[in-house]
Amino acid sequence: MKLTKKLKKDLIRICVGMVVFAIALVVEEHVWFPVSLACFIAAYLVTGIDVVTRAGKNLVSGHMLDENFLMTIATIGAFAVGEYPEAVAVMIFYQVGEFFQKYAVSKARKSIKDLMEICPEMARVIREEEEAEVAPEEVRVGERLRIYPGEKIPLDGVILSGASSIDTKALTGESALRDVGCGDEVISGCINMTGVLEVEVKKEFGESTVSKILELVENAGSKKAETERFITRFARWYTPLVVIMAVLLFVLPVVWQAWIVKTAVFEWALVKVYLYRAMTFLVISCPCALVISVPMSFFGGIGAASKNGILIKGSNYLENLVKVKTAVFDKTGTLTQGSFQVSKLHRLDTQYSEEQMLGVMAALENCSNHPIADAVCLAAKKRDCVERKASDIKELAGFGVGGEVEGQTYYVGNAALLKEKNIDAPETEKYGTVVYLATKEKCIGYCLLEDEPKAEAKDALESLKKAGIRELVMLTGDRRETAEKAAKTLGITSYHAGLLPGDKVEKTEEILQKKSGDEMVLFVGDGINDAPVLARADIGVAMGGLGSDAAIEAADIVIMDDSLLKLSLAIKIAKKTVAIVKQNIVMALGIKFLVLLFAAIGMAGMWLAIFADVGVAVLAILNALRALNAR
Amino acid sequence: MKKVFVLEDLCCANCGAKIEEAVGKLEGVSECSVTFLTQKMTLEMEEDKLDSIREQVKKIVKKIEPDVEVIEK
Repeated sequence: MKLTKKLKKDLIRICVGMVVFAIALVVEEHVWFPVSLACFIAAYLVTGIDVVTRAGKNLVSGHMLDENFLMTIATIGAFAVGEYPEAVAVMIFYQVGEFFQKYAVSKARKSIKDLMEICPEMARVIREEEEAEVAPEEVRVGERLRIYPGEKIPLDGVILSGASSIDTKALTGESALRDVGCGDEVISGCINMTGVLEVEVKKEFGESTVSKILELVENAGSKKAETERFITRFARWYTPLVVIMAVLLFVLPVVWQAWIVKTAVFEWALVKVYLYRAMTFLVISCPCALVISVPMSFFGGIGAASKNGILIKGSNYLENLVKVKTAVFDKTGTLTQGSFQVSKLHRLDTQYSEEQMLGVMAALENCSNHPIADAVCLAAKKRDCVERKASDIKELAGFGVGGEVEGQTYYVGNAALLKEKNIDAPETEKYGTVVYLATKEKCIGYCLLEDEPKAEAKDALESLKKAGIRELVMLTGDRRETAEKAAKTLGITSYHAGLLPGDKVEKTEEILQKKSGDEMVLFVGDGINDAPVLARADIGVAMGGLGSDAAIEAADIVIMDDSLLKLSLAIKIAKKTVAIVKQNIVMALGIKFLVLLFAAIGMAGMWLAIFADVGVAVLAILNALRALNAR
Repeated sequence: MKKVFVLEDLCCANCGAKIEEAVGKLEGVSECSVTFLTQKMTLEMEEDKLDSIREQVKKIVKKIEPDVEVIEK
């Protein structure tokens, strides 16, 4: 990475300071004392002039507990007790440490920016029949864009012409190609892979998916985790406390010596020793290592998650994910695919083949666009039996349809329809949705429709259990039998069936009241019609955020694609991040307290103190950067 | 209303925390959050006090971190 101008200047100053310091050390023994002192002072000022001036400014404005001020006092104190080389060396090390710290921070900032590489740099707009490359912000709604293969889609829009496949990896974390053609919506941030597309812009850049996501990730830092607040509070007390201890460390022994022991000869040498110890304390008084590394770790975790298509709206949610013991799922569309599929055909009259039966049903259902009708037609298409035509079709609202196929009158519909027509309904399964086929006289058969669980659902729930989630609860509006079957196949621990939309909030409230201590309750839904529940739960997770503004708006965590496996991945990233945060706190506090202790009894010099200050900060930052690669 | 200021060249995390504390205490500011890594300060504040708050924010930042430039967004 290239250094910024400011960092370069710092580096040059440090190097020059080191050279002057080296000269001072060499000539120290051979020249008149004031000359060597002047050399040390010169080295000190070259490296530390900015610290000293800032200290001066802060003194004027009354900010005595600023780290610049304390560093200046400490080093001037070292000069005062005659430790010239040490004073200069401490300043040089301090600056070297600061340099690394700034470098690491700018590196972290850059990696965050790299995460944001989904951001398109330009849009190719067609104005007056000519292509013009402009900044995406300048494009207005309704304008036409041309997007060549390999280019990023800059704004959300609808395809006017062309066909291609687009790669959604930057948004979802999965390399999945989606085929699109005329009339399809495309989402900004995806990459156009194969064909040239012309797109009509539907949303301004600021409203486009890419901007929304960027904004969300950037603002995630402002919702702070409990640990972060704790550290800031701690920092507020730490510095004054260490400074007071430093003062006491100097004053008490001196007072003891002067008035209580009443030594005949006042020992200046001892005063110097105590002053040096006090100065050492001041060097360790900055809490920067903690104050930087904790939010940085959380930010890294949020970054790692967004790389995998998981948007986390705040550090607090990342921290709370670790404490989740109960996960509540909406069934339809979250655990299941959200669409019906014919899972079974049952014939009562064996004169009809399965294909015949399905064909007749499809012919009648063909004009309806009810999801059940769609599922029947789709099944017929799969079995290749859609050649039959129906005539005289009558919609029987609430029951089904009736009509004529190949000269025979048929009815397709629910149990109520059979009852209405005085036809005996056969015994059927207790779960799923049943659609009957009947003539005027009798029932020919039925097909069973089910909303199948997502392919990865079972594995995903299994891995959640492994991640320490005890309760997996399913909420659904379906019949009890349907819910029971799904719960059994998926390994759900408890379920509530037959719920109206409003009941889901109530049930969630109940679950929230039952939890103990700081355990967290997670709710997972599709974010479209369960916004109140998402808001009510400790952590609301919306699935399938890609292309759904409502979901992105309502949830605390958004999973961009539909994969349930991302849930356990999010928890894994959260765990790693929280572990890194803990390591940093223990390491930084541990080293600082140890060095403080040793300094108090005179076993640690300023050298060690400067390591406890900036060295630990650099180590903590490097550790924090690991969170960015959590997976 | 929500207001975002960019604190350019903010290079000391503890100073960020100090700015956050001081600005959070201003009259008309109900919430203040400084994100050190993105160098952003997000305020929840009363809209009609924007002018006075802006001035005071600049003053506070100048005092705590003279090198930081406050940019309104």
